[in-house]
Amino acid sequence: MNFGKQLKEGLITNNPVLVQVLGMCSTMAITTSIMNGLGMGVSVLIILTASNVVISAIRKIVPDKIRIAMFIVVIAGFVTCVDLLLQAFVPAIAESLGVFIPLIVVNCIILGRAESFSYKNGIAASFVDGICQGIGYTLVLLAMCFIRELLGAGTLAGFRIIPEQFPIGVLTLPVGGFLVLGCLIAAMQWALSRPKQNKEESK
Amino acid sequence: MTDYKNLKLIATSNPHIRGSETTRSIMLDVIIAMLPALAFAIFNFGLRALTLTAVSVVGCLFWEWLYRKLMKKPQSIGDLSCVVTGMLLAFVCPVHMPYWMILIGDFFAIIVVKQLFGGIGKNFLNPALAGRAVLLASYAGTMTSWVDPAAGKAPIIGSMADVVTTATPLAVMKTGDFSALTGTYGVSNMFIGQIPGSLGEVSALALLIGGAYLIWRKVINWQTPVSYIATVAVLTFLFPKQGSGLEWMLYSIFGGGLFLGAFFMATDYATSPVTKKGQLIFGIGCGLFTVLIRYFGSYNEGVCYSIMVMNLLVALIDKYTKPTRFGVVKSDKKEAAAK
Repeated sequence: MNFGKQLKEGLITNNPVLVQVLGMCSTMAITTSIMNGLGMGVSVLIILTASNVVISAIRKIVPDKIRIAMFIVVIAGFVTCVDLLLQAFVPAIAESLGVFIPLIVVNCIILGRAESFSYKNGIAASFVDGICQGIGYTLVLLAMCFIRELLGAGTLAGFRIIPEQFPIGVLTLPVGGFLVLGCLIAAMQWALSRPKQNKEESK
Repeated sequence: MTDYKNLKLIATSNPHIRGSETTRSIMLDVIIAMLPALAFAIFNFGLRALTLTAVSVVGCLFWEWLYRKLMKKPQSIGDLSCVVTGMLLAFVCPVHMPYWMILIGDFFAIIVVKQLFGGIGKNFLNPALAGRAVLLASYAGTMTSWVDPAAGKAPIIGSMADVVTTATPLAVMKTGDFSALTGTYGVSNMFIGQIPGSLGEVSALALLIGGAYLIWRKVINWQTPVSYIATVAVLTFLFPKQGSGLEWMLYSIFGGGLFLGAFFMATDYATSPVTKKGQLIFGIGCGLFTVLIRYFGSYNEGVCYSIMVMNLLVALIDKYTKPTRFGVVKSDKKEAAAK
């Protein structure tokens, strides 16, 4: 396991949102402004890294049959910590993210990485995996926020870029979330399939 | 699973009869059929109707050209389908909308709904309607105000501040006083189209001429438009909200975009069923949803959304109206369906 390979997996080849298509609920719901996306992305990054480390540490003493329940307990513990921290220090973000912070407990990315990675790998590798996958998730959120906030509301992080009468309001609605996500996934798949095609053509 | 790779297409020896129909010729027929409605729109709303339609057509052509160019795909603007989409999108918009707005609608219609799904024939929604839905959700203020044609024409360029807007007949029928409406616009006004509304939808007469031309040229079948309009007519005749059934029915079918939708949008090849039976079901479904939205929804007009909903059901309709193959008896067909 090397850092570069894991980073590439987290960001591109095995990106949690665009390739694994996990964590859709929060991706759709909160990507209407850059600040929301940043808050959500960083929260998930922290929780994912911490829970990956803990689950990796206890993986040998957890009985196979109750592992999912154990994962949830560990994740829920960290989510509660982050939720309280957000409410204490950045109440504005905590308020605008609302129920989606507690819902990180059932975010498929975290459970998915626990099940597929940290339950099978060492602590150091799981730590790196948590950071890489978390960064991958955050970057996709930010990309979606950027597109939806700029074109849908005409602002960036609250500052008006496009005059009020022009923005395409539909992008800030749920429909717009699906549209933007669909386009991003399509672009990602296209980009991923390109090197293969080139190789096949050169053969 | 059928082994498609080893299937051979067996062609008998020549001579073959070749049809002269091409995508281009069909689209040209549709464009010709839309000209009466366009002419009436110019008469009703002024020259801006023409310039708005022209901008929309050029926008659609440009977006299609740009996408095909960027994706290094063969150019397809020559098949004229973009022209049809551009005209239809302009037809369902208010005449005083800014030109840049319709270009955004063109973008969604052509690039998002049509090209991203593979181009002509592969779109799952009617592009023009999807473009309108996006515009309506984004710019609700502009998209729901309508120029009063009797109070003056919209200027071709410049400020729209002097334009007098008014409620469409359907809006009055939804919330206002029906008897006041019948006083303002007679049934003949409604049929000919001297009413406020979106650009191409106002004149039932002009659309009827165009639709009859399309049916005569066998570009479309009569099943979809007739079953669509008949469903709306029957439902509104049986359940009028105000006034007498007949009067309510006439205002319901002549007001709004029913004729435009029935003849030009519900009959789009890519997004309507293949069989005639399926087209009947499709039309009835469209009519049902239109009346439901008009009666119980929050919008005044349900044609756009009803056709889009039925577009999504086309695959199902096609599945259940698939004709029996020659030589297959009914019991076999049931078994095949059970599989």
